[in-house]
Amino acid sequence: MLFRFTEIAIDTESSRGELQTSSAGGYVSFEGWVRDLNEGQEVTRLEYEAFEELAVKEGDRIVAEALRRFPVKRALCIHRVGSLGLSDMAVWVGVSSVHRGEAFDACRFIIDEVKHRVPIWKKEHYRSGDSGWVNCERCAAAPQHSHAELANHHHDRVALPNSK
Amino acid sequence: MNRDKAALKYHGKTQLDRAFELAGRHVTHVFVSVRADQTLDPTRAQRPMIVDSAGEGPIAGIRSAFAAHPKVAWLVLACDLPYLSDATLDFLLRRRDATVFATAYRSAHDGLPEPLCAIWEPSAAAALADYQTGGGHCPRKFLIRHGARLLEPHDTRALDNVNTPEEYRQAIATLDKAPMQLKIQYYALMREQAGRSEETLETSASTPAGLYEELVARYGFTLSRDQLKVAVNSEFSDWSRKLEVGDAVVFIPPVAGG
Repeated sequence: MLFRFTEIAIDTESSRGELQTSSAGGYVSFEGWVRDLNEGQEVTRLEYEAFEELAVKEGDRIVAEALRRFPVKRALCIHRVGSLGLSDMAVWVGVSSVHRGEAFDACRFIIDEVKHRVPIWKKEHYRSGDSGWVNCERCAAAPQHSHAELANHHHDRVALPNSK
Repeated sequence: MNRDKAALKYHGKTQLDRAFELAGRHVTHVFVSVRADQTLDPTRAQRPMIVDSAGEGPIAGIRSAFAAHPKVAWLVLACDLPYLSDATLDFLLRRRDATVFATAYRSAHDGLPEPLCAIWEPSAAAALADYQTGGGHCPRKFLIRHGARLLEPHDTRALDNVNTPEEYRQAIATLDKAPMQLKIQYYALMREQAGRSEETLETSASTPAGLYEELVARYGFTLSRDQLKVAVNSEFSDWSRKLEVGDAVVFIPPVAGG
């Protein structure tokens, strides 16, 4: 399993252990944390919800794709679901490899694709008492934007070294 | 067609039984309106009844219902609407306007109110009595005269009734093909807007695109189709894929992982 969900805090120590192999000369990880400010609104907590059956399939495909594209040893992504407070870890990506360059590239590829493709939703609760589903409420008010266009507004896509 | 239309069978069930099952999914109590000479009729005898106490015809049935339970609103359904679906009733109930005498569909054929697939409010009882005392006998004319909240039907065939053996044959043939049962799951914003995380429903939509249109009419989803992706049986799918009985459909709002 290259991608999985957890309802409790991500255990980075044991997850990192899953990536260890004697042929790897290093490991790169990315942690996504709950931030207190988004688009000018003070955030107090988040709720993550996933369509897990499809999300684990798509997440697995993304990490498998990373393993094919980049000459790395092992890779893994873990995402939280449920209610998270400020500074809680929402997502963790780890990649081990012979050299650092491809580990950084693969790690970035995985987190970028996960944000774009995996059916996970985030509800932000604000200091003001309001709440909103990220990427859904404003698109609902501006239906002239297509899904693809919005994705491009909201996320920076990385240029992929091996993509055609 | 010289036959009791409530006793006509579809898939082995009488239309009366089908109507009871359907209505029972949307309201707390269901009754069949009968004339005094129908109380022993085998199609109706096992059902809770409202016996006509005020003249004849549908208007007597509605008035008798108000006489029996004056404080409640009545969802009035004719017993000869084989195409009636959960979606049609759900939409009617969601758009109910309790400040007028009734909430009804506009006929797809002549644009006039359909009084026998409508919600009648208790406030209509007195005016209905006056109307009948004054010689009126047509609930449709009553609604035209007094004004009702009228809804556009999204399925133009939903309220077609069966009057001839040919129409009966056609209804059986159509109902054999459709509707089909699908399982739908809702997530995030759509879960909140639908007020549920999943449901099994009958639809005559044959593609995810058609199904989404039906559900927008039902739940008022604010996301437009081009903002969504769709999954069938836990795999991403085309909007034009042909749906099969038992398919599990999930509409996927813009994602926000990480």
